[in-house]
Amino acid sequence: MSTRLAKGGRLIDRTTAYEFSFNGKRLKGYAGDTLAAALLANDQMLVGRSFKYHRPRGIVASGAEEPNALVNMGEGGRFEPNQRVTTTELFDGLTCRSQNHWPSLELDVGVLNNYAARFLPAGFYYKTFIHPRFAWKHVFEPVIRHSAGLGKAPKEQDADRYEQAYAFCDLLVVGGGIAGLQAALVAAQAGKRVWLVEQTAHFGGRAMVDGAEIDGQPVEAWVKATLAKLEGFDNVTIRARCMAAGSYDHGYVLLDEKIADHTPGDGRPRHRLWRLRAGQIVAATGAIERPLSFAGNDIPGVMLASAVRDYVVNFAVAPGDRTVVVTNNDDAYRTAIALKQAGLEVPVILDARATANGDLPAQARALGIRVETGKAIAKVKGGKRVTAVAICAQAGQGAVQEEIACDAVAMSGGWSPVVHLWSHCGGKLTWDAAQAQFVPNREQPPRNHDGSALVVTAGTASGLLTTAEVLADATASVGGAQAPAAQGPAEAAMEPVWVMPQGAPIALRAKMWLDYQNDVKVSDVQLAAREGYTSVEHTKRYTTLGMATDQGKLSNINGLAVLADSLSAAIPQVGTTTFRPPYTPVTLGALAGEARGEIFQPLRRSPVHDWHVSQRAYLEPVGLWQRPYCYPRPGETHEQAVHREVKNTRSNVGLLDASTLGKIIVKGPDAGKFLDMLYTNVMSTLPIGKCRYGLMCNEQGFLSDDGVVARIDEDTWLCHTTSGGSDRIHAWMEDWLQCEWWDWQVYTANVTEQFAQFAVVGPNARKVLEKLGGMDVSKETLPFMQWADGVLGGFRVRAYRISFSGELSYEIAVPASEGRAFWDALLAAGTEFGMMPYGTEGLHILRAEKGFIMIGDETDGTVIPQDLNLGWAISKKKADYLGKRGQERPYLAGTDRWTLVGLETLDGSVIEDGAYAVAPGTNANGQRNTQGRVTSTYFSPTLGKGIAMGLVKGGLARLGEVVEMTKLGGGTVQAKIVDPVFYDKEGAKQNV
Amino acid sequence: MLLLECPYCGVKAEETELSPGGEAHLKRFGPGSTAEEFEAYMFARKNPKGVHFERWRHAYGCGKWFLAARCTATLEVFGTYPAQTTEPPADIIDKIKAKRPDWKGWK
Amino acid sequence: MSDAMNTRITSALGGAVASGFASIREIGPQGMITLRAKPDVKGLAAAVKAVTGTKLPEARRIEVAGDKAAGWMSPDEYLLVLPYADVAAALATLAEELAGQHHLAVDVSDARAVFRIEGADAGQVLMKLAPADLSELEPGELRRTRIAQVAGAFWADEGGFTLVCFRSVAGYVMGLLSHSAKPGSELF
Repeated sequence: MSTRLAKGGRLIDRTTAYEFSFNGKRLKGYAGDTLAAALLANDQMLVGRSFKYHRPRGIVASGAEEPNALVNMGEGGRFEPNQRVTTTELFDGLTCRSQNHWPSLELDVGVLNNYAARFLPAGFYYKTFIHPRFAWKHVFEPVIRHSAGLGKAPKEQDADRYEQAYAFCDLLVVGGGIAGLQAALVAAQAGKRVWLVEQTAHFGGRAMVDGAEIDGQPVEAWVKATLAKLEGFDNVTIRARCMAAGSYDHGYVLLDEKIADHTPGDGRPRHRLWRLRAGQIVAATGAIERPLSFAGNDIPGVMLASAVRDYVVNFAVAPGDRTVVVTNNDDAYRTAIALKQAGLEVPVILDARATANGDLPAQARALGIRVETGKAIAKVKGGKRVTAVAICAQAGQGAVQEEIACDAVAMSGGWSPVVHLWSHCGGKLTWDAAQAQFVPNREQPPRNHDGSALVVTAGTASGLLTTAEVLADATASVGGAQAPAAQGPAEAAMEPVWVMPQGAPIALRAKMWLDYQNDVKVSDVQLAAREGYTSVEHTKRYTTLGMATDQGKLSNINGLAVLADSLSAAIPQVGTTTFRPPYTPVTLGALAGEARGEIFQPLRRSPVHDWHVSQRAYLEPVGLWQRPYCYPRPGETHEQAVHREVKNTRSNVGLLDASTLGKIIVKGPDAGKFLDMLYTNVMSTLPIGKCRYGLMCNEQGFLSDDGVVARIDEDTWLCHTTSGGSDRIHAWMEDWLQCEWWDWQVYTANVTEQFAQFAVVGPNARKVLEKLGGMDVSKETLPFMQWADGVLGGFRVRAYRISFSGELSYEIAVPASEGRAFWDALLAAGTEFGMMPYGTEGLHILRAEKGFIMIGDETDGTVIPQDLNLGWAISKKKADYLGKRGQERPYLAGTDRWTLVGLETLDGSVIEDGAYAVAPGTNANGQRNTQGRVTSTYFSPTLGKGIAMGLVKGGLARLGEVVEMTKLGGGTVQAKIVDPVFYDKEGAKQNV
Repeated sequence: MLLLECPYCGVKAEETELSPGGEAHLKRFGPGSTAEEFEAYMFARKNPKGVHFERWRHAYGCGKWFLAARCTATLEVFGTYPAQTTEPPADIIDKIKAKRPDWKGWK
Repeated sequence: MSDAMNTRITSALGGAVASGFASIREIGPQGMITLRAKPDVKGLAAAVKAVTGTKLPEARRIEVAGDKAAGWMSPDEYLLVLPYADVAAALATLAEELAGQHHLAVDVSDARAVFRIEGADAGQVLMKLAPADLSELEPGELRRTRIAQVAGAFWADEGGFTLVCFRSVAGYVMGLLSHSAKPGSELF
């Protein structure tokens, strides 16, 4: 069993006990424990089930590489699935539950999959997708959906808050081990702005467990002193619990700082995502120990050798009473020594190498530990817990020589440098055959903006193992000269062991796990190789090796070594898969940062927004603007409200908040010439005081925006754009002025938000303004398509006689700060004339009744003005305008385009949104041919029937013809092609 | 997440302060141009692996368009310069030639 | 300005405030003029001096004189800051001083919202929102940048920072600033 030892534990505080619960069971731990340590201290080795076969799974590792021990953490608003117990700091009251089991962790029916393993081979999903076809939907998927999956999705809104922050430094050191500390110190002394981040709560890294002597003092003392020195520098920022998730272009690094994971509810943000820009990055990220592939290597109790001694040394937790150590290197002897020194039994060290005569094996032997060289594990015995190992020769096929009872196995297959940050933005790797590991190829680093190496590795991440080498490398990585002296045991060479024993038959290979979380075995990779998968990237996806939430931290190298062996290729020839961020998962809350709730996106509000809200207006998004769709009265549906608003505007007077309309000032000696290029018609000849409707196209000739232009003075025009288009059109203008016609003297200014602009629309519009009093708004003084500055009701206004409704209409602009007051004044003056506000849906119906096009309805980026019968707004005289050449392309100039018509159903019904006009016959895909589509369709309250605009082949030449418009769910409705101007065809009402 | 120095205001702007504008040094062809010329202007893009000239706007900063010469493979930036030019400045060409001897030139 | 005018002129948020480890105030209405002209335009320096009492700012700088200021926005754009009531007269002065010169001067007082972020750690609020290196922000520097998802500009002055954004997103920016200033979320 796993237990807490009576003494020791460098990270725990035995005077502070914490209570926590696992699957409802109340357990005790100490301050300083990780959740994994506390679980092991309570003999809770079994923590979950595997993804595919639901095999019992225990804690394997002690850090970020843990593949098995993921739990559903917390409750309610602090519930989060897939949390690693090995990186979770224990706090009082922590609750967690194991996941991926049903009905319980101890008794899981899904384990039947285990016995059906031969029916769930590599590529199972791909194979079952194909045949038999019915089986996926009716057999496999329901079964898999029920039994597969990791943690549960949270149901409640996250109770915590998150934030992001930007930071800048000359040098970022990732990893707070001795290499990182040394690199940071050298850089700090050189005066660089340094950031040092460590993903755990503690500094010193592995050296603190493994021991060493630096500068003549124990490593603990050196780490403490170095940290104190670093804290004394103003140019150094140190962050613990801060994981470097990824390195990106030009030194951009995402750091996930876990501020309050261990102090939930203390009022601080839970995580902070730092968006750091570093001049250079030192990856002192250490290395991860590799498992060995022997049969039963996934049985709870089989752990990484380094993890076993971490638990003993850091937390005084013994994963087992009797631990067999199995290794291909000297380092794992440290585990045996640590166990022995803690008073625990190590029945045997199985060393796959032929000899083991280094300092550490000598020390182990001196402690009386039995060392067997050339030996391997044939098989681990046990179900939910290791009970024994069967021993064989590494060289053979697994003939059992001896069985040794034990309750834990500490394995070590060598070390893999953590090269993620090196690789994320393009650093290349090279195979180090001596250590059997991929190490950074310093000839091909990721590049910074100036071509220099963006990332350097330091210490174990460079593939170095001894303390002296590590410190020398760390010092050199930042250009330092003098590394501290270090003492430690000499280590003999490791020997790569990819399968144990070497000649293991299929029965054993089918029980050797590579990827614990995704249940990928040695036999699966070998099957993939036999089925023709030669690329490591393909094999990864086919077998799902390394695709679990641990991203192959343990399985990657072992898997590709097996693949290389199966393909009879060298490992460097097979290559490795691409390392991609994040290094460990980053919670979505941190990525969202502050962008939640009210500030999820920058909603734009008009100066009278508060009034709309106070009137319970139904708001709709127009771009990022919040605009009233309609103002429903109590008991009214939205449709009823819209119809009332339209009828009232036609019969009395309506008031529209049109403040969102884009307004751009264009001024200068060449402004007229510029606008003549920008618009399809001529703006330079517009007389001062007048307005003209204009169209803008992109260079392909497609309609991009429209609006009314007003000539303000000799060299100033004001261009109205669509509500969604002001920023885009302003940028478009600046693009041409800066990049093409930079010698033209033109200035632009986007003054959209300077003004509140309200449309007073309807037969009584003039009466309302006259009631307000001030400027002359008569037909004679201010006729249609003119504007004037003046005063209304004591407000300084600019009034435009323009109409998007066909009614007598004034659009009146006032400074935004006076917008609300002016709106109130208009409503007060309008009461006696039946004034009602109307919203965007009313606006749409009013314009559709008049056949006015709307950018985004009648246009979709493939429509030219000529398609919309707007040829009258295109100058024939101009030699050039933006889009003119594009429109001359034969397929746009042809006669078989779909062009604008009005559509009226024969039965008066409303054509469905998005309906197509069908044509006889079918196309190559067997779909009905089409000859047009609807672009705007409404019930017209004014006319009491459905009206629509659409693009139909042949257009108005087919006036009077009847076409069939599709309906959802089948069938068609007959519609007659009519003039798109449904109301007041003469335009008499707007020109009064 | 590129870092490009705006040649107008000198801010070392990260990509989120910028908006991209595609390939630089395109020649506009208007009415009267041939189909081939218009196609070259409108559609044909180089998309090289290596040295490339691009348009960027310092959208959240001074609002100015500028041009950048960079390597699309290593992300090395050779320089940025104002947009009011029809060809890359000589000093940038020299810098690229020094760093990329095999470079065939910008056209 | 008459009292009647005062009551009907409202800044974007009516002077909203929030407090945390830094204090946030929406101020205004603040008079502002966008002046577009190249620095070598004849009479420009005199025109700006006449309106703000400052010299023409160098690139990325803002010159402050009491309740007036002139900021550099781009190689051909300046931001003139002055009392709201003085804008009309200032525009007339600019028109007179720059008559015959190619320029554009326009009132943008109502198109903007202005915030004060104050306190010893006020800079940390901005560090959470803007991809700008505040440690390199020089005295008198006007930094135009991104504030989370919108455009903004700020400069350091006594006791904190002044931040300008567009009026329509004032509520959004207030939300950003108050979230970022929450107690317990100090960066250092």
